[in-house]
Amino acid sequence: MGELFRRYGYGLSITMVGLTAFWLLMLVVIPNLVLFEFSFKPYLPVVDLGGPKDVYSLKNYETFLNSPIHITIFWKTVLYSSLVTLTCLVLSYPLAYFLSKVCRPANAPTIFLLLLIPLWVSEILRSFAWFIILAFQGPLNALLLGLHVIHDPIRWLSGFNGVIIGLIYSYVLFMLFPIYNAISSLDTNQVEAAQDLGSSMWRTHWRVVIPHSKPGIASGCVMVFMLCAGSVIVPSTLASTNSRWFTEIIQQWMFEGLDWNTGAAYAFLLLVLCILFVSIVMRVLNVRLVDIAK
Amino acid sequence: MSEDVELSHVNMDFGKFRAVNNVNVTIKAGEFFSFLGPSGCGKTTILRLISGFMDPTGGAVKIGGKDMIGIGPNMRPTALIFQNLALFPLMPVWENIAFGLEVRGVDKATRRAKAEELLKLVDLHDSADKKVSQLSGGQKQRVAIARALAVEPKVMLLDEPLSALDLKLRQHMRAELRAIQKRTGVTFIYITHDQGEALAMSDRVGVMSQGVLQQVGTPMEIYNNPANGFVASFVGENNVFEGTVKSLSNGVATFATSSGNFTSKVGPGVVKGTQAKIYVRPEHSFLQAKASTKTNSIPVDVAEMAFEGNFVNIFVKDAKGATHMVQAQNDPNASPPVRGSKQHMVFDTEDAVVLVDAATASH
Ligand SMILES: Nc1ncnc2c1ncn2[C@@H]1O[C@H](COP(=O)(O)OP(=O)(O)OP(=O)(O)O)[C@@H](O)[C@H]1O
Ligand SMILES: [Mg+2]
Repeated sequence: MGELFRRYGYGLSITMVGLTAFWLLMLVVIPNLVLFEFSFKPYLPVVDLGGPKDVYSLKNYETFLNSPIHITIFWKTVLYSSLVTLTCLVLSYPLAYFLSKVCRPANAPTIFLLLLIPLWVSEILRSFAWFIILAFQGPLNALLLGLHVIHDPIRWLSGFNGVIIGLIYSYVLFMLFPIYNAISSLDTNQVEAAQDLGSSMWRTHWRVVIPHSKPGIASGCVMVFMLCAGSVIVPSTLASTNSRWFTEIIQQWMFEGLDWNTGAAYAFLLLVLCILFVSIVMRVLNVRLVDIAK
Repeated sequence: MSEDVELSHVNMDFGKFRAVNNVNVTIKAGEFFSFLGPSGCGKTTILRLISGFMDPTGGAVKIGGKDMIGIGPNMRPTALIFQNLALFPLMPVWENIAFGLEVRGVDKATRRAKAEELLKLVDLHDSADKKVSQLSGGQKQRVAIARALAVEPKVMLLDEPLSALDLKLRQHMRAELRAIQKRTGVTFIYITHDQGEALAMSDRVGVMSQGVLQQVGTPMEIYNNPANGFVASFVGENNVFEGTVKSLSNGVATFATSSGNFTSKVGPGVVKGTQAKIYVRPEHSFLQAKASTKTNSIPVDVAEMAFEGNFVNIFVKDAKGATHMVQAQNDPNASPPVRGSKQHMVFDTEDAVVLVDAATASH
């Protein structure tokens, strides 16, 4: 803080700190607290607000526990988010390794640019693009049919397929960058030393590269998992008749049922349960939070 | 136990740049061989060619008579000790050492036992379960050596492994490395830009400049009979005079310089009329009050003196203003020459040699 004042003077420092504090407080902390309070109150007609029925209870949370369909949807959301996370990891790790250790350093920025350009397009447009690509009579099927890879068009957008593809596409870079950073910080001599001692490529990765990049892998996984579980646009755009995402139920409570109270309860349940799930997985894989923060 | 390493007409090109130029040398089995040369002369590149991290763009690398081209580093009977050691920081010391055995499918108990045995060899008894970060520089050094020895390499490659250590430790580790090499009998190929290190440790030394191997020989040969000016001035100090070879007879050159004529031995490739330089070691240069008519002699002024304990370095200036150095044994009974006094620097024909500058491509 003292350093900040010395460098930018009091006026500018207080403005910067003040704006950050305002942003955190007004746009993050308070709205969440308000929703948190909402989640313990019943959904009432306006006339009853503040009346004798307006008391705190766990009713909204019980609603979730009493609806097996919602519980199933929650587990499916967790399952498919994990699947997306895992797929992103499998796709990103080799690419991250290639970018940081194999390709010529001069080429890396170009490849990064090519990877980043799609991110400049809004998520909703990207989802629609995939919707078009994956359509039954869309270009992907046309291409595969044209190349005689398949004989009958595939119904890509059935079940969770579309959602999974869309989520992978949307969030794979959130996996790539932390892993890329982690691997870049590995001394190339370490890889060569392992090789020189006779290690195969697999063992070198297993014993040297992966342990070193574990923090990056972990933070990529947590980020992608949370983004997936909390995603709204992709699951609703690329949905099929039987692919319901947990966020869609929250949305339903809030905007179709106008029951913000139950919606808020569901939102917090999603947050808490996901944090719990991530913590358990981290414990099992022996990753600590401090590693991720590095 | 050990193998010889043959580099025959090895070239390494990076684009248009030739980092290693026609290097041709056989390193004998069980030998301690050093590549000595200034920064950027291609030493590391040679080591990487031998260890298999790259293949030469010309020529052949053979280990134990077997052509190594196309054989990866994990399949060669070499072990490389990196300039920065490259220990694995996330493994305890013993796993570092046993990594090469782990790779070869040795069971854990045997690995542990072997690691402990090697730790004893390098004088690190109780460090098996320590973290790498808990070790001192010299201890890390030893772990790196133990890790390389664990795979029982036929050839050990060391890339300036002592450069990060302080002087005391460096001198200690020199002796240690040498002892380990003798004990194990493994061929050691050592890289350094420190001539003292190369001379003190090696059976033979190869001096390099700009990718070209300038001379190969025992430390004594290199120091006493340098093949060219580069070797002479890279290995040890010299007093140098520029000039032309006037005549040659019976291996003695008469050499004309702007400071007068000198007689000297003749280095390789020197013929009559060659523009070259004469090199004289400071310990073979002497000061006396009168000019000598029997040997080479040049009038000088005493400029500066540096007392080093067992010897004293006297810096003198000749009429042209060039500085030379005379190294005299410390003699408590003799008074050293006075600063500013007029003296004559003399040196024998036997102790001076005419050399051409440096080879630009080896033969
Ligand atoms: N992969 C590479 N691509 C291009 N040039 C290279 C490469 N590796 C080395 N060089 C060049 O080859 C020359 C020799 O490099 P090398 O690393 O062998 O030097 P060195 O003798 O080990 O020097 P130092 O004592 O500083 O370690 C240098 O000019 C270097 O720039
Ligand atoms: Mg080097």
